[in-house]
Amino acid sequence: MSVSTHSYDAIVVGSGISGGWAAKELTEKGLKVLLLERGQNVEHIAGYPSTLKAPWELPHRGKKSRELIAEHPILNRDLLHEANADWWADDRDCPYTEVKPFDWFRGYQVGGRSLLWGRHSYRWSDFDFEANAKDGHGVDWPIRYADLAPWYDHVETFAGISGSLEGLPQLPDGRFLPPFELNCVEKDVAARLRSQFGGHRRLIMGRLANLSQPHAGRVNCQFRDKCWLGCPFGAYFSTQSATLPAALATGNLTLRPFSIVTRVLYDKDAKRATGVEVVDAGTHQTVEYKARVVFLCASAFNSTWVLMNSATDVWPDGLGSSSGELGHNAMDHHFRVGAFGVVEGYLDRIVVGRRPGGFYIPRYRNLFGDKRDYLRGFGYQGAASRLGWEREVPELGIGAPLKEALSAPGPWVIGMTGFGEILPYHENRLTLDRSRKDKWGLPVLAMDCEIKDNEWKMRRDMQDDAAEMLEAAGMKSVRKTSAGYNFGRGIHEMGTARMGRDRKSSVLNAHNQVWDAPNVYVTDGACMTSGNCVNPSLTYMALTARAADHAVSELKKGNL
Amino acid sequence: MNAPTTLTRREVLARLSVLLGGALIGGDTWLRGAALAGKTSGRDFTPEDIALLDEIAETIIPATATPGAKAAGVGAFMAMMVKDCYDDAHHAAFQTGLDQLRREGFLAASPAERTARLNALDAEQQRHQAAKTPEQPAHYFRMMKQLTVLGYFTSEIGASQVLVYEEAPGRFDGNAPYAPGDRYPFTFPSRNL
Repeated sequence: MSVSTHSYDAIVVGSGISGGWAAKELTEKGLKVLLLERGQNVEHIAGYPSTLKAPWELPHRGKKSRELIAEHPILNRDLLHEANADWWADDRDCPYTEVKPFDWFRGYQVGGRSLLWGRHSYRWSDFDFEANAKDGHGVDWPIRYADLAPWYDHVETFAGISGSLEGLPQLPDGRFLPPFELNCVEKDVAARLRSQFGGHRRLIMGRLANLSQPHAGRVNCQFRDKCWLGCPFGAYFSTQSATLPAALATGNLTLRPFSIVTRVLYDKDAKRATGVEVVDAGTHQTVEYKARVVFLCASAFNSTWVLMNSATDVWPDGLGSSSGELGHNAMDHHFRVGAFGVVEGYLDRIVVGRRPGGFYIPRYRNLFGDKRDYLRGFGYQGAASRLGWEREVPELGIGAPLKEALSAPGPWVIGMTGFGEILPYHENRLTLDRSRKDKWGLPVLAMDCEIKDNEWKMRRDMQDDAAEMLEAAGMKSVRKTSAGYNFGRGIHEMGTARMGRDRKSSVLNAHNQVWDAPNVYVTDGACMTSGNCVNPSLTYMALTARAADHAVSELKKGNL
Repeated sequence: MNAPTTLTRREVLARLSVLLGGALIGGDTWLRGAALAGKTSGRDFTPEDIALLDEIAETIIPATATPGAKAAGVGAFMAMMVKDCYDDAHHAAFQTGLDQLRREGFLAASPAERTARLNALDAEQQRHQAAKTPEQPAHYFRMMKQLTVLGYFTSEIGASQVLVYEEAPGRFDGNAPYAPGDRYPFTFPSRNL
């Protein structure tokens, strides 16, 4: 083992949405920062090999080959695509144990899943921050909306979030760029829903981290609908398009790809972290890096994995385990139930341009006097569009009639899928499976998580309400859908190192500091105390920027 | 992090078209499950096979005011896709079907006879599709039809001469006028269901 030591002011572990923000904020405040990423580097633009390819330039036109499936057994459960398969973790090198079925879709490269995310960006409200305290599930959040609101302002202003101002108490407005546009069918459905459900069910344009106008030196969206291949215009928020260039511009950033952080180095006398241990993914050599503060932003469950492997001489179950909560209270969003319908008419209308996201229906259940037989709620994402050449027209057989039919657009259709909150169950947990090792000989995570009665009841509503709304809006042939759900498939992993008010029942305090090592901050999904039903990334951005500000302030005061 | 909902939306639409009576390019004949060997054990396609597939494809999507499937290279595309993307049972069914059409003298038949034969096969595959169990392979002609439509409309000819393909539209209009006969904007293929 070769050991070399390098010192920085701060180390950030992981370069996705949270890690990119940590690197930007800390370097801009003058700290010398080492940003560690376990996977390969992906250069902005030059590293997006598929993004400018025409459909006919993809060998299988986007379909999966047997070879690709064999290489990506986990990713194949949902998101495998030949155009970006390299941007996901190698399932064979990086196994995990499914005590119960669990889909873990990981982005192991510089930028992480910021390159791949859905970009829907919503603020939490006090309905969410107060939810645990009110119904007794989990522990109380140590912060409220007022604590985070200025940081939402801060991150939205930089990231560029397009959205409409709606005045909804459950989905606070923010500092938005102009919204993208609902199409003609969606606008009419929105108007009908608004009049038929007392104003409580609102169909709005999704709030997206895509630029509706030029912003901060980045080009606006060109309506290609290829975000998931990387945007050469930098028109959606990613580490590459936004936070990494800002951090590099300070001259204070060192980026080190192929660096798997195996543990936080811990000084048990000082009760502080001293740095991290890294295994080089290529050479398998171990290197130590020192710093005064460490930010864990390795994605929710990997940050927890690092904690579980750290300071085991003091706490056998790892740094942060003194609370008994490390690895517990895992959450995701359950989804893939909803409804579809056929839209009559609008045959003289069509959509031009490929919008980067669809509509959103914010939560309305268990709010404003509504009371269901389950707790919390859900929102919907969906879209209306005209069917194209893929539709079946069985009566036309083959030949010129078939060609002519498919050369014209089909009927309009509309569909929506609910995204529901999962309660923070103590028994939904991750553990280290020491019997199984990854490519680098490191123990793997074992996932033991499931949705329970509250979520199953909610899913019934997610289906029924979707059908009810589409029928109320005049849609035809409305069908409920259920495509099944494995824990993790929402790719909104949250919890397992939750924030709280008491070190006896939480891993992190109100500033995302590990209670047992105040110079270790965890600001990705691991910190979440409850899950809400909205896409979580914007909240990670805000929490990360807030924690970075706190860390620098504490460093100046000599408290870390 | 957030789910890649761009894909979810596409998936949503693909599922809907299934509910409307079957997506033509759906998952029903596509390879299923993760337990496949990485490579097919089926036999390779010969240049003669590909020439025959070109004629079948051209009968399914003929040249009209715009070029047909043969000009779009759909014969070779079908052969590649069956080899790379289908399980062994579908690969074998496809080969058997292709051999049968060859034995029947498809290449010697007139355009009208070819169209009549493939329309009969299309009716046959629809009956087979309705009656088969999920485990049974699809009818070979369902694969031929699906692959022809996929290969054609995602080819340069299909996507940019029959439809309109713009790499970077640069604008969004959710309420643009459309009149019968207008070409419509290309839509990306759905992911497998």
